[in-house]
Amino acid sequence: MTVKEISTDVIIIGAGPVGLFAVFELGLLDLKCHLIDILDRPGGQCAELYPEKPIYDIPGFPVVSGQELTDNLLKQIEPFSPQFHYNRMVESVEKLDDDSFKVITDEGEVFLAPVVVIAAGGGSFQPKRPPVEGIEAFEGKSVHYSVRRMDDFKDQDVLIVGGGDSALDWVLNLQPIAKSMTLVHRRDVFRAAPASVKEMHALADAGKINFHLGQIASLEGEGDQLSNVVIKTKAGENINVPTTRLLPFFGLTMKLGPVENWGLELNDNLISVDTEKFETSIKGIFAIGDINHYAGKLKLILSGFHEGALMAQAAKKIISPDERMVFQYTTSSTKLQKKLGVK
Amino acid sequence: MKIIVTDYDGKIHELEAMEGWRVMEVIRDWGLDMKAECGGACACATCEVYVDDEWFKKLKPASEEEENMLDQVPDVEANSRLSCQILMSEELDGLKVTLASNSKS
Repeated sequence: MTVKEISTDVIIIGAGPVGLFAVFELGLLDLKCHLIDILDRPGGQCAELYPEKPIYDIPGFPVVSGQELTDNLLKQIEPFSPQFHYNRMVESVEKLDDDSFKVITDEGEVFLAPVVVIAAGGGSFQPKRPPVEGIEAFEGKSVHYSVRRMDDFKDQDVLIVGGGDSALDWVLNLQPIAKSMTLVHRRDVFRAAPASVKEMHALADAGKINFHLGQIASLEGEGDQLSNVVIKTKAGENINVPTTRLLPFFGLTMKLGPVENWGLELNDNLISVDTEKFETSIKGIFAIGDINHYAGKLKLILSGFHEGALMAQAAKKIISPDERMVFQYTTSSTKLQKKLGVK
Repeated sequence: MKIIVTDYDGKIHELEAMEGWRVMEVIRDWGLDMKAECGGACACATCEVYVDDEWFKKLKPASEEEENMLDQVPDVEANSRLSCQILMSEELDGLKVTLASNSKS
């Protein structure tokens, strides 16, 4: 097996607003970036949690939505051609003998760079796990938080929990190949495409799926093989649903994840940095945005932008220690304007 | 005015609250553990609390947006509410809530 290796100037972990703007500040200093994010698109919390919600404290924007801010940042950094790697979680960051870093993702890719910037916000987005005793034991085989291969659900007794588009889409897509299909949701209202809701009700009326109002109470099975799920119905009774595959869809939540194992000095689940360079306890690894901690820290997007600008200056000194740095403004510097593609 | 909060270990805290503050903000301001990861935008459901029955009826009913977010709580109860959607006012002086495990960081 050949391992894909990518060498670059800066690896940015997290493609939220702060990670995106760091590309701009690094780009003005001629540094190339690769960004790695666990989500399937850029924007971080702005895209995942509140794409439509207004933000009122971005300088120069009386009001901007999470999605608009993301789109604008992407446009702003376009001249620097950042490379994005989505749906990946960084597993490890290792310092090499020459003081550069080797970053490995859960997909097995290897990235090499002299500077690593952690802009991971509240950590990595991971599926919410229902607080049901023993559920971990069934994960991987019987309990899944997404559908990777539909074949895993063929001829199985499938139970899906949730009321959003993911839940309903998979009820409809897996019903034809599953041995049985049950949907459980806490109420008879769905925040999903109306057509899907209608189709689901039609299948239920035709007896092709079972629909229960309630929630998971307990799981039964042997080893990693689930055999039965007890549902506590809204009416208060417990019912048994024979189940060999369980798909809970309760959205995502943020977890610090593997960052805590990288040997960085932490302060209550946040990464300690200085306020001159926003460098961590390991030289060459920086942390900017919501994930860092220093005296007086405010978790604001604008703070993360400022941190990115100062970080970039320090990163440049690591990568080109002998180059004389001249501080310039984009308004007046023809050199910077050339980099930005201004004609 | 005050709110009375039972934490994940069953310990009871009496917290000074201010008119117009969100209950989530009061809880976090006093240093109790609460994820509240979206910061009060009704977009994450990690500031869930169980409201004591006597107080539950006194609250304004949950908006459709809040109900939609409560769909993302795996162990939601009939008295579950998102504490970022409860604004402190005179009528809620003495409000009793219990932190839900879903809100633990």
